[in-house]
Amino acid sequence: MTSFTLNGKAVTVDIDDDTPLLWAIREEAGLTGTKFGCGIGMCGACTVHVGGRATRSCITPVSAVEGAEVTTIEGLDPAAQHPVQKAWRAIQVPQCGYCQSGQIMQAAAMLKDFPAPSDADIDAVMTGNLCRCMTYVRIREAVREAAAEMGGHGRAVSAPQAGKDAA
Amino acid sequence: MSGPLQRLKGAQGSALSRRGFMVTAAGAGIAFGFTRLAQAAMDPAEPGGTVAPAAPPQVDPSLWFAIDAAGTVTVNIIRAEMGQHVGTALARILADELEADWDKVRIVHVDTDPKWGLMVTGGSWSVSQTFPVFSQAGAAGRIALIEAGARLLGVAPSACVARKGHVVSGGRSVSYGDIARRGGVLRRFSEAEMAKMPIKPVSQRRLIGAPVKALDIAAKTDGTARYGIDAKLPGMVHARPLLPPTRNGAKVVSIDDSAARGVKGYLQCLEINDPTRTVTGWVLVIAQSYHAALKASRLVKVQWTGGDKATVSEKDIQDHAFALIGKGDTGVDLDVGPDAVGPAFAAAASTLQRDYTTATVLHFQLEPLNALAHEHDGVMEVHTGNQWQSLILPTLAKALDLPEDKVILRSYMLGGGFGRRLNGDYIVPAVLAARALKRPVKLVLTREDDARFDSVRSPSAQRVAMAFDKDHGVTAMTHDACAGWPTQVLAGTLLSPGKNGKYDPFAIAGADHWYDVGQQRVRAISNDLANATFCPGWLRSVGPGWTNWALESFMDEAAHHAGVDPVAFRLRLLNGKGRNAGSAPKAVGGALRQAAVLRELAHKAGWGKALPKDTGLGIATSFGQERDMPTWVGCAAQVHVDRASGVVTVQKLTLVTDAGTIVDPDGALAQTQGGALWGLSMALHEGTEFANAQVRDVNLDTYMPLRLADVPEMDISFLPSTQAPVGLGEPAVTVVAPAIGNAIFAATGARLRHLPITPEAVRAALKG
Repeated sequence: MTSFTLNGKAVTVDIDDDTPLLWAIREEAGLTGTKFGCGIGMCGACTVHVGGRATRSCITPVSAVEGAEVTTIEGLDPAAQHPVQKAWRAIQVPQCGYCQSGQIMQAAAMLKDFPAPSDADIDAVMTGNLCRCMTYVRIREAVREAAAEMGGHGRAVSAPQAGKDAA
Repeated sequence: MSGPLQRLKGAQGSALSRRGFMVTAAGAGIAFGFTRLAQAAMDPAEPGGTVAPAAPPQVDPSLWFAIDAAGTVTVNIIRAEMGQHVGTALARILADELEADWDKVRIVHVDTDPKWGLMVTGGSWSVSQTFPVFSQAGAAGRIALIEAGARLLGVAPSACVARKGHVVSGGRSVSYGDIARRGGVLRRFSEAEMAKMPIKPVSQRRLIGAPVKALDIAAKTDGTARYGIDAKLPGMVHARPLLPPTRNGAKVVSIDDSAARGVKGYLQCLEINDPTRTVTGWVLVIAQSYHAALKASRLVKVQWTGGDKATVSEKDIQDHAFALIGKGDTGVDLDVGPDAVGPAFAAAASTLQRDYTTATVLHFQLEPLNALAHEHDGVMEVHTGNQWQSLILPTLAKALDLPEDKVILRSYMLGGGFGRRLNGDYIVPAVLAARALKRPVKLVLTREDDARFDSVRSPSAQRVAMAFDKDHGVTAMTHDACAGWPTQVLAGTLLSPGKNGKYDPFAIAGADHWYDVGQQRVRAISNDLANATFCPGWLRSVGPGWTNWALESFMDEAAHHAGVDPVAFRLRLLNGKGRNAGSAPKAVGGALRQAAVLRELAHKAGWGKALPKDTGLGIATSFGQERDMPTWVGCAAQVHVDRASGVVTVQKLTLVTDAGTIVDPDGALAQTQGGALWGLSMALHEGTEFANAQVRDVNLDTYMPLRLADVPEMDISFLPSTQAPVGLGEPAVTVVAPAIGNAIFAATGARLRHLPITPEAVRAALKG
């Protein structure tokens, strides 16, 4: 038995402690926006927020979130109007879309920590999320746009830092 | 009737053939085309995906689109949505001719039904093939609506125009919805009338070529898009397969599940006996949840006997390939014109011959293969994402001993296709399990399962040679390519006729290029060892993914051999003469359009400019997938090579494409961005190899596709054109690797002839 808060609601799941959180979310709670990709924490399709931190749910035992607040793509914003989601739509980032819940959750968490990320910051954080359709050019662009809308520090568009932006 | 798609349509029939067309009142709406609305089909703009069946119009020819009393235009799409926003592009074609209000257009991806004819999504065919028929259907709809609207307005049809979902005459108008509501529309168009349908001139297009927001995107940003892996049915059980040591010919010796019995939710193991031998030696671990099936599967012990190819390695496969190439009488020669290559090589002032290879590549579509099957009321219903429903349906019917119309595939989003889901093999064990257990079974492969039994891109071996006269003019060329043949293994009736047998067009296309090289021989060779060891598949860009690697690397080597600039060398051969002049409908302009792309590319990329040390610019060009549907494309890669480590850094990719009419500009850009980065990924980042009949790399710990941090600056453009639209899903893939290889040569003088290009290989090449 593990109890935690999922998208603001208390849930209790009666599954083995070592069951990955991913399956608690998808099979027990029935929320399928969080995706199964690699099962070893290396593609990022299963990314959710645990206590506000981007977390790979496929390698997180459900027992580890006892008492924690878990947020999935379905709970990121009640009307799906989080600035990251809006930017994703405006720039038409998704192709097949399978990785995009994870990409959006990863980007939303990053922008909490780095409200005005440099291009190098975006590369460093978002490179952990695989997009097999290779929508990477648009992911970069959409993160910048979301950052601009959330903070508008102007640094988001481009923040050259010596030696970091060569690519 | 020459290309593979034409043969495919001939073999499997097509609902989009030139039949008569009917417009009729149907319930509270108007139906256009040939049938009732498909039920339970997938609307990608709808959260959850599935739409409730509309009040079905009671007509029975198949329906291409319908207009209801609210004026909503529903367009039925038979193509799979796997990231290409295909429904949006196809609906734009129809809506433009129909003069529909785009804000009232929605799309539905239909389930399988014989009425739709051939259902396949691949080959970059969708837009190109659908354009003429959807244009005609839209125009027929417009004419019928104008006639009906004119009656309602009490004026002559000639006094009316259609605009944005209304029929307008002077200051008065009636909406399509009102016309539908008031009924009385009945109009038939004969086959001959359809063929002569007045299609709007390019200048009057309002939607084609204009920016649009794709209809499937919103649901992909909030978790509501529904993929096959998200399908649910009451009472279903979950299955994870345990896979045998070989793809073919394995047998189960024993199953010991004693350790798994303690897992909460574990139900049983089920050995799959597939009469079609699509899958052999599979055991499914069945449980109440997938996580229980996963946990139990790690505790079940299965013993197998492998097939007779259990020890085959990548090297065995490639050695066999070169042995076949070395025998002059193997394979099938394509008909590519004058072929007296022997005398030409004998008379040559000089010759050049080079070998090129590519490693095995995984699809690694991010959604692992899955299928949910449920047999009820004499029908096997399958919930899954698939690219070639028409190919797998007969196999499923045979496995189940059911008529084909008693197997229905319900359509879902595909979490990536890239050709993997053209092979529906993964559906077979699911339907057999559903029948055996008499309840819905949802089979999901783990990532490792998915990789192990991928229908991989076969390793390839190629030998290219050219003969030159004393002035370094090209007098002859030969191109031999040997690989596993997916079409031979999976769809044998679709092989193409060559001069001396049948060949897999998807394993050689690209080698039959548009360069004028005098005497020419293109030889396609099936690697029988590859075919027996694994199941070769079609992977995004298929044959051209490797033939262009050889061809465009070789053209660069040949240019240097001849002492001519590589761009000038190619332009000289792209003269548009003879068989390279091109022809209607889709190849108008021929090689001269490829030359135009190459000139624009050289200009944009700054061909000839001075670059820093160890930095080089390489160029490659192609015609995409097939000679009768050419997408003219070129890529220039600027790379830097670190001599000490051998690491190649791609600084910039410049791509120029002439794909004829562009229907959805942002979709075209997205496909080209993704395609080019696939090309980059396969050039430098990904690839595996067989060892003991299994791919070595089965997950992201060792298989490493391109990541965001590896993405270079990209400059992508399209030449303006009003020619027939062609394909965009694949062509950009094929030009990137040779452009990079040629750039490495330009930067360092080191020539790479194997994909992927690893730092070790670069270091070795630098040592000469």
